[in-house]
Amino acid sequence: MNFELTEDQNMMRAMVRKFAEEQCLPGLEERDEKEEFSRALFDQMGELGLTGIVFPEEYGGVDGDYISYAIAVEELSRVDASVGVTLSAHVSLGSYPIYKFGTHEQKLKYLKPLAEGKALGAFGLTENMAGSDASGTRTMYVADGDSWVINGSKIFITNAYYADTYVVFAQSDRSKGHRGISAFIIEKGTPGFTFGKKEKKLGIRSSATYELVFEDCRIPKENLLGEEGQGFKIAMKTLDGGRIGIASQALGIAQGAYEAGLKYAKERVQFGKPIAEQQNTQFVLADMATQIEAARLLIYQAGYLDSAGKPFGKQSAMAKLYASEVAMWVTTKAVQMFGGYGYTREYPVERMMRDAKITEIYEGTSEVQRIVISAAVLKEF
Amino acid sequence: MNIVVLVKQVFDTEAKIVLSSNTQISADGVTQIMNPYDENAVEAALQLKEAQGGEVIVVSMGSQKAVEALRTALAMGADRAVLVDDPALIETDEFTAAQVLAKAISTQNYDLILSGKVAIDGQSSQVPARIAEILGIPHANVVTKMEIKDGKAEVTREIDGGIEIIEMPLPAVVTAQKSLNDPRYPSVPGIMKAKKKELKTLSLADLGLSADEVASKMAVLEYSLPPARQAGRLVQGDPAQAASELASLLHSEAKVI
Repeated sequence: MNFELTEDQNMMRAMVRKFAEEQCLPGLEERDEKEEFSRALFDQMGELGLTGIVFPEEYGGVDGDYISYAIAVEELSRVDASVGVTLSAHVSLGSYPIYKFGTHEQKLKYLKPLAEGKALGAFGLTENMAGSDASGTRTMYVADGDSWVINGSKIFITNAYYADTYVVFAQSDRSKGHRGISAFIIEKGTPGFTFGKKEKKLGIRSSATYELVFEDCRIPKENLLGEEGQGFKIAMKTLDGGRIGIASQALGIAQGAYEAGLKYAKERVQFGKPIAEQQNTQFVLADMATQIEAARLLIYQAGYLDSAGKPFGKQSAMAKLYASEVAMWVTTKAVQMFGGYGYTREYPVERMMRDAKITEIYEGTSEVQRIVISAAVLKEF
Repeated sequence: MNIVVLVKQVFDTEAKIVLSSNTQISADGVTQIMNPYDENAVEAALQLKEAQGGEVIVVSMGSQKAVEALRTALAMGADRAVLVDDPALIETDEFTAAQVLAKAISTQNYDLILSGKVAIDGQSSQVPARIAEILGIPHANVVTKMEIKDGKAEVTREIDGGIEIIEMPLPAVVTAQKSLNDPRYPSVPGIMKAKKKELKTLSLADLGLSADEVASKMAVLEYSLPPARQAGRLVQGDPAQAASELASLLHSEAKVI
């Protein structure tokens, strides 16, 4: 068993950390305040190859591994969780299903620009009646000549509006439940495909979240992803991997809040000494550090399994469940450590606490992770 | 255009300095980075190579820790690396560094030698100038702009209260100021390719040098940390009286007015 990161992984961490501190940190508060998405930062990530880490060279990627990818999302989120989720949603949700289920032609046409960071990807699964239960999908599709015609809407779609390529799930016959769901690749600008309202969110405010609207949206037959009726499986398989991204985002948020807390605890003097010399603060810091380390190990384990081609669904669910709850706990404690200042926008921890909450919700709520984990462990005995 | 870039692995600017003895700084658990000014030198070399072709060779002296700085330069796009690593080079001064590096450089085919204007750890700024002296070539430091053509370098230097533009024949040694350029980040494909690039480790014997002839001329007597910052002082009481007391303290104690 080897707990050392490789030289490449260490260099990747150093590079992404530098990029995050030099490029994402300036303007971060303003983007959060104004709910402003930065396409320029995404473009820079593409130039650096961060968008293609896990994809093969043939399709514009760099043949890297999932631990490197996890490190990239973690380091971005340590500074800016909105940029972190932009990359995670782009890679794990927008690009991965095309890599895993697309034809060679689809990969050349859609995956390559996504992996190269020339196109931005998004994933449209959630609807107002289909959240944790994807079988409630009401967006409908019908075959019409050499096209598919799609009608319906999707909500809470990360990267939407700015994204160029969307993987969208629709139902052929509601009586078929999840067996009637198929996945499609839809380009921005396709007639009949528009955007609804932009969500105003508690956190990750500079990540774009929009509604997708399809009104007699006609797409070519070859844009079916995988086989007809395979959509539910594609969605579930994609979300297995997506959990590594969100777990890494949560880890990065927790790490950022912990570091801010550590620094503040050494500087803030109360009762004649820095609060870091109070045992209560010390115990909180110890718990933060321990939980963060445990979350990191769970994530890297899932990343290792995924890269090795081994089953990782249970481990990625554990990593996502644990890391997101650690992020919420650590950021809440960090705000407490900062006291009144922590509650203001003078310090970054209030934003981190707002950003952390979503990690317990999207790409499978904590409750859904517990369903996945318990189903897996019950099956083992 | 073959360019040698000298790089050095140094403590991160935010590293907490701890002394392991009064003549030794502890490197335990300290994050180390490529000297920031050396990044500008690497960037300048890569831009020249992109415009004019040739090879970029990064050279360092130090322990295996220096491999990280060299790998980072390779990941940014340098072609190959040379590291001089020898047990006799653990504690060195600028004389030793310059002798060893000049010798390592002289085994290469070079038109230009670049480095940062200063290493942020030792801060001596001596090594590049000494190397130029040993190799018998011109040297310009703190360079903010550089143009290479027709076998000549035209460089802009920062000097007190203004700038100086000088021309010198190649080969020459040029050291980079921060404003020379914006160093690129090593890309993910660059990082993955870096480990396949040549990184040659040489000992003093490989360079035909003996430990005696490059032995340090200086010995460190003592390192000490700056005194811990004192707590601030609050001048209380009647505003007018407090202001006058503050003014006199600023004059007599702080000596700032």
